[in-house]
Amino acid sequence: MLWLLFFLVTAIHAELCQPGAENAFKVRLSIRTALGDKAYAWDTNEEYLFKAMVAFSMRKVPNREATEISHVLLCNVTQRVSFWFVVTDPSKNHTLPAVEVQLAIRMNRNRINNAFSLNDQTLEFLKIPSTLAPPTDPSVPIWIIIFGVIFCIVIVAITLLILSGIRQRRRKNKEPSEVDDAEDKCENMITIENGIPCDPLDMKGGHINDAFMTEDERLTPL
Amino acid sequence: MAHAPEPDLASGDPGDERPRWDNKAQYLLSCIGFAVGLGNIWRFPYLCQTYGGGAFLIPYVIALIFEGIPLFHVELAIGQRLRKGSIGVWTAVSPYLSGLGLGCVMLSSLVSLYYNTILAWVLWYFLNSFQHPLPWSSCPPDLNRTGFVEECQGSSAVSYFWYRQTLNITADINDSGSIQWRLLICLAACWAVVYMCVIRGVETTGKAIYFTASFPYLVLTIFLIRGLTLPGATKGLSYLFTPNMQILQNPRVWLDAATQIFFSLSLAFGGHIAFASYNSPRNDCRKDAVVIALVNSMTSLYASIAVFSILGFKATNSYERCLDRNILSLINEFDFPEQSISRDDYPAVLVHLTATQPRRVARLPLKACHLEDFLDKTASGPGLAFIVFTEAVLHMPGAPGWAVLFFGMLFTLGLSSMFGNMEAIITPLLDNGVLPRWVPKEALTGLVCLACFLCATCFTLQSGNYWLEIFDNFAAPLNLLIFAFLEVVGVVYVYGMKRFCDDIAWMTGRRPGPYWRLTWRVVSPLLLLTIFVAYVTLLARKPLSYRAWNPQYELFPSRQEKLYPGWVRAACVLLSLLPVLWVPMAALAQLLTRWKRTWRDRDVRPDTNTR
Repeated sequence: MLWLLFFLVTAIHAELCQPGAENAFKVRLSIRTALGDKAYAWDTNEEYLFKAMVAFSMRKVPNREATEISHVLLCNVTQRVSFWFVVTDPSKNHTLPAVEVQLAIRMNRNRINNAFSLNDQTLEFLKIPSTLAPPTDPSVPIWIIIFGVIFCIVIVAITLLILSGIRQRRRKNKEPSEVDDAEDKCENMITIENGIPCDPLDMKGGHINDAFMTEDERLTPL
Repeated sequence: MAHAPEPDLASGDPGDERPRWDNKAQYLLSCIGFAVGLGNIWRFPYLCQTYGGGAFLIPYVIALIFEGIPLFHVELAIGQRLRKGSIGVWTAVSPYLSGLGLGCVMLSSLVSLYYNTILAWVLWYFLNSFQHPLPWSSCPPDLNRTGFVEECQGSSAVSYFWYRQTLNITADINDSGSIQWRLLICLAACWAVVYMCVIRGVETTGKAIYFTASFPYLVLTIFLIRGLTLPGATKGLSYLFTPNMQILQNPRVWLDAATQIFFSLSLAFGGHIAFASYNSPRNDCRKDAVVIALVNSMTSLYASIAVFSILGFKATNSYERCLDRNILSLINEFDFPEQSISRDDYPAVLVHLTATQPRRVARLPLKACHLEDFLDKTASGPGLAFIVFTEAVLHMPGAPGWAVLFFGMLFTLGLSSMFGNMEAIITPLLDNGVLPRWVPKEALTGLVCLACFLCATCFTLQSGNYWLEIFDNFAAPLNLLIFAFLEVVGVVYVYGMKRFCDDIAWMTGRRPGPYWRLTWRVVSPLLLLTIFVAYVTLLARKPLSYRAWNPQYELFPSRQEKLYPGWVRAACVLLSLLPVLWVPMAALAQLLTRWKRTWRDRDVRPDTNTR
């Protein structure tokens, strides 16, 4: 009698959890892709943890606080590491509606991922879309900050260039009058060497050396 | 007494206040910076790859020898000899040719408008490269955060960032949309940087050019070393340089080689004339011309090696990811253990599975992965920089650093070309005394930059990219060809070949040899005429259309081919004709003033003749 009951229960279980069954979900794990050398092997203990996480997620749903680990059924585990699971109600005759399971998994996706050191791409629940992380926008976009820095530097440089240009032009306007003063001073200056005043080099004109006779004067005209 | 006669035109009074280059290096770097621009990075490698790799170098070198170097020598020599900007130079050659100078100034203004807008885009990407992960690495999530934005999902994250988050482009050129404030402030910053560097003419440009002309070479070397060490680089390089000699039979190759040399050297803008006018009169402009032209071509080659090693890496990466996606589909469908099919085993496994379980295999979304397809997916122009290269950079370790370097290099490349464009505008205006003497030079350059910025704001509209393509395709090419032809003909036949050779002998110490005289007299004008005719015929045959980014298009993400509406076509014609019209108009004006003078003289003379 007990054997019959056992076979009945497993048969019902087998019916409840089948690939493509009503309210069943396929899960796919890519452990080696995610962890590389640190990949762990998928065995019954990991399956137990998975069942525990699903049961934990279901308990968070109102009216389903009594979900136990034994209510979660796994089947068709492949070498890919993919399998199907269903969640049954306490009577173990019916499966819980897919909508509730979906909601529960979506709300606790992060916790489930962390339990297995995986992420949304390596622990896939087919037919349960994951909520994407919101874009991490800082309050002030980075590009504005750098733009501000560059623009300020450029404006400061332009101002400096314009100011130095104005100063240069003012200096050039003052220079002609300064140059005249210097020339007057030069004329009044007498170089003194060894106490004897030297004649200043006269830049403007030349002295005529009367002792030098030009070519044509030497030769008497015919 | 066998020394060359002094040139009769005023080569510089003793009190000549014309600014000068601080040293020869500044002048050479300025000319190199002007010639080496964005086209060396994103046009030459594309042409090389499209036209049979190494085989393209043959028409390219021939065009360089018979067209590039002779025309370049003419520009440098005439600028150095007459020591004026383009308006002054051509007025001095012949008053009837003064329109050529005016046309050059107008053309340089038009080109400056859209060239600096490209720099604004580069600046925007540069500013956005200072974050990890890069903003174009992933699609933004949609409103309920269950998936990605649909437009991004359909195309790619890189395309989405370019078309939507940068340009915010409309689907049609008629629909102008609103001004994008992000691009507007980047444009303002670009014009401020240009103003800062050009504010006092060659004084400030000469200092800035040390950085802007040498930085790109440094970055190219870094990219070359990095690129060659990436996996797949050799495939990209072999694809680029494998010569396909058959392609030389296609006349299109020769046309594109000639136009590429021509636009690459930035001839007929008046910029080189302006730069050379600040030289000392006795400077070997022949050596300068040859050196600068060769440096420009070497840079193109160098850049294409760097670019294609990176693109080879990108193609290999995409190919491997395509294979991996197919392998994952197979593994997931048949529940094989993870990583059980390697990339090498994949073809054999696929064949085996197709034979044993064809129906299941047929249901899978398997794509055919061929490396050649990915290598073919290169592009030219902004598409290369903002879509293809940004995607390649994503997969390199340390992506933000590489993106910063790449866009910094593009910015400095474009900036040094902008110096040439601005000098081409400002030098003639200064020489001709457009503003009174007491107005400082800073004010003139400021006014020019401000006017250009205000005009260029139309490119920051949502349809701005379409307009920029129009400017790029219609404003520049035809006018440049005509101006170059008039330049060479004006110097050789109007100024006089003998006079020109005498001037060069006085400046450099040697008369130009037979190669120069032959190319100037016959080969270059003929080549330019042929190119012009070929260009016009090709343009006339193609219907005027553009490719729009339309998310509603059924073949999205392919761009939708649309025809230009009537008023846009009129604008295209206007753009092509406006600079050239100055030539006949100025000649006509000169003719009219001559006639008026002769009529006035004839009225006066009867009084003096009747004694």
